[in-house]
Amino acid sequence: MLKKSAERAYLFLVFLFLYLPIIVLIVLSFNASKSKVQWGGFTLGWYQQLFSSSSMMEAFGTTILVSLLSALIATLLGTLAALGIDAMKKRGQAVMMGATNIPLLNADIVTGISMMLLFVRFTRLGLNTVIIAHITFNIPYVILNVLPKLKQSNRTTYEAALDLGATPFYAFYKIIWPQIRPGVFSGFLMAMTMSLDDFSVTYFTKGAGINTLSTMIYTEMRKGIRPEMYALSTILFLIALVLLLFMNFGPSARRGEKGGFK
Amino acid sequence: MRNLKRQLLAGPYLIWMVGFVLLPVGMILYYALTTTSGQFTTFNITSITASVHLKALFLSLKLALACTLICLGLSYPLAMILNNMNGKRHGLIVFIFILPMWMNFMLRILAWKMLLSNNGVINTVLGYFGLPGLDVLNTPSAVVFCMVYDFLPFMILPIYNAMSRIEKDVIEAAKDLGAGSLTVFFKVILPLTMSGVVSGIIMVFVPALTSFAISDLLGGGKVLLIGNVIEQAFMQEYNWNLGSGLSLVLMVFVIVSMALMNSHGEEGGAGIC
Amino acid sequence: MKKIFSGLVFFVLACSFFSGCGNKDSPNTLTVLNYGKYLEPEALELFEEETGIKVEYEEYVTPENMYTKYRAGAIDYDLICTSDYMVEKLIQEGQVQEIDFGNVPLSQNLDPVYFEFSKSFDPENKYSIPYFFGTVGILYNRQMVDESKVDSWNILWDEDYSGQIIMADSVRDSFMVALKILGYSLNTTDEKELKEAQELLIQQKPLVYSYLVDEAQDEMIAENAAMAVVYSGEAGYALEFNENLAFSVPKEGSNMWIDSWFIPKTAKHKENAEKFLDFLCREDISMLNFDYVYYATPNIKAKESLDPEIQESPIIFPPTEILDNCEVLKPLDDISNTNLSILWKEIKSAD
Repeated sequence: MLKKSAERAYLFLVFLFLYLPIIVLIVLSFNASKSKVQWGGFTLGWYQQLFSSSSMMEAFGTTILVSLLSALIATLLGTLAALGIDAMKKRGQAVMMGATNIPLLNADIVTGISMMLLFVRFTRLGLNTVIIAHITFNIPYVILNVLPKLKQSNRTTYEAALDLGATPFYAFYKIIWPQIRPGVFSGFLMAMTMSLDDFSVTYFTKGAGINTLSTMIYTEMRKGIRPEMYALSTILFLIALVLLLFMNFGPSARRGEKGGFK
Repeated sequence: MRNLKRQLLAGPYLIWMVGFVLLPVGMILYYALTTTSGQFTTFNITSITASVHLKALFLSLKLALACTLICLGLSYPLAMILNNMNGKRHGLIVFIFILPMWMNFMLRILAWKMLLSNNGVINTVLGYFGLPGLDVLNTPSAVVFCMVYDFLPFMILPIYNAMSRIEKDVIEAAKDLGAGSLTVFFKVILPLTMSGVVSGIIMVFVPALTSFAISDLLGGGKVLLIGNVIEQAFMQEYNWNLGSGLSLVLMVFVIVSMALMNSHGEEGGAGIC
Repeated sequence: MKKIFSGLVFFVLACSFFSGCGNKDSPNTLTVLNYGKYLEPEALELFEEETGIKVEYEEYVTPENMYTKYRAGAIDYDLICTSDYMVEKLIQEGQVQEIDFGNVPLSQNLDPVYFEFSKSFDPENKYSIPYFFGTVGILYNRQMVDESKVDSWNILWDEDYSGQIIMADSVRDSFMVALKILGYSLNTTDEKELKEAQELLIQQKPLVYSYLVDEAQDEMIAENAAMAVVYSGEAGYALEFNENLAFSVPKEGSNMWIDSWFIPKTAKHKENAEKFLDFLCREDISMLNFDYVYYATPNIKAKESLDPEIQESPIIFPPTEILDNCEVLKPLDDISNTNLSILWKEIKSAD
């Protein structure tokens, strides 16, 4: 019994540590007073200001665009690459995987800087450079999610289908695809998560006037905290809540894909 | 033949990787080994031994280690408790602990900055109970605090995943054979979760070592980490050669420490996902 | 699941299509680089509405930061606002274009006195248009600080205020304070003098709450610190929000600065840049901006329509006797710059 209550207490403390900041942010987003500690009455004014701030809304749009687009392209390239790598001999695989690990092992700051050096040399920084950079650090996550599924997949069925006259594409779509789909999907989700959360790489590769939420909040924070940001936090928290709920308890979770815990 | 064709599918990725991974690393190498006028030099790399840079590197190491240890200390028991829970609410509780980690990285920094400031919530509450306020903001402790909050998920998840993969039967068997709970822990649970621990350590240590945004925003300009030195070389001093030299050192440093970690726990990378 | 996935694909493709359209190097844009918190965002929206020119607005923190962003060459800026010595440096390096004043007729709204000031870095008034000017001083909280002592920079080294002092997170401004205490010029390149200043700053570090630039005024309004080294306009702004605050320019002298707009050589949209400059000189826009940043505006018309109280405020519009005691920053040579940035890093990493 004692052990049980100790466990409970521990869980509660960690819970407090995790949620206290968020709860305070949410409460303050409805506070009419600008103060951090005084309650000046309930207001939705900060939300109004947030939605009427074109720079915030633009940053929000850019973030979604960058993360979706980069995750999608990374998923495509990464899945193809996994198929290719899977067909390679051991040595080829080792070389490819070694190279794939570079962006994973590299510190964000180094990845960001190295890409900035490249872009500055050959082109101009803009939105496309951010997307390219995000795709680059996203691909490895896709490969690492797809490759294990490919290794588990049943090759003989595929060979048999080919022997029976199926075109490679048809055989792939009917036999391999269903087996790797969960991997592709969780790779996509992971890529998107990484991209949504990224700050350093975007910071070094973005062009003028382009901001994702992370870089936007960073520049704003260096100018001082404004209550609109509390409102922004609350909204983002709710979005995360809905997305995670959907992924863990929605239709895909029941099929055992469990994308959310990764 | 068929195999060769399939190997070609990796082609676009290969091109992409050469263009956007290897070439950029090559650029760093180039800048690191040249002066502004393009002549060969090793000065940019050896300048890591300048006292300012060494100090920054050691401070980064110290904070990153502290952060990693705290994360590990917090996560392991948490993962065990979560894993031992049964019943309907289990999924929900795990969910509750994962949710905050999905908030934007910057917003989590913002939250702590607000909580910790002199007249912030924590000090007001402490003052209410007549306790002395904390002067944490703008010190290395604040930076560690926020790093822990930011990187905790990277530690909890791999450990939790590794733990949930342990078959209950294995533990039962050990118990049947007369092992006490301590023995079960050290002989069964710990070794089986080692891969998760290793990848957790890597995934916390590296970003903590190289972070510059957290110290920028919570250090009040008083905490100079190696990441800040590099960022400033690129963004303030217009000294890309020095910045590249130091980045290169940092890169080697990270890879070596990771190789060391990996040699202690095989297939550490597998736990990442 | 499949449906969701294909829906996503469609959405992303649609997005990329639109972004592709917006992202092209369309002629009607203007890329502006400015200090943080230095332009009312509403003014930007107004400009976009009135002219149909899309403004790509980017901010920086310190002049050194701006110099790097510009010299990196990764972005073609059309219009930049920065401080006197940085403008001078870039003029010396041949990076600045002449402004066609015929396209900026409203520059007549600006007080000629400031063009006279500007001659210290732009001798023929060819390259720059003054935006705001001011001094550097101590913003302090009257309830926390002994007012008889704030007439000297020395108060920033007073151990009574340990942990309550905010210093400027900008090399030249921080060194300015130390150099003035020592009685040296703030443009000194003498290594010994700089070293002395550095030692003073290292000595001060344990007392410092934080090194900040744009955030200092908020911290002071929130009473998180007792005093801060700030630009005069920030003080004027902070005073509006907290009546306990006051501002002083110490007797040892200080720095007087003018921030000006210039068109860099790389500008791709010079005409748009000039349109924007003309827009900024307009009376209503100057007013809008003044209300947002609270620095002394050189725009006579805007100044005349301000509250008499504000017009006479010695904080916002520093009187001549204070300005006479101030020096203007000059660009340093490359070696001194490198030297200074090393000294600065050593301060930041000191224990």
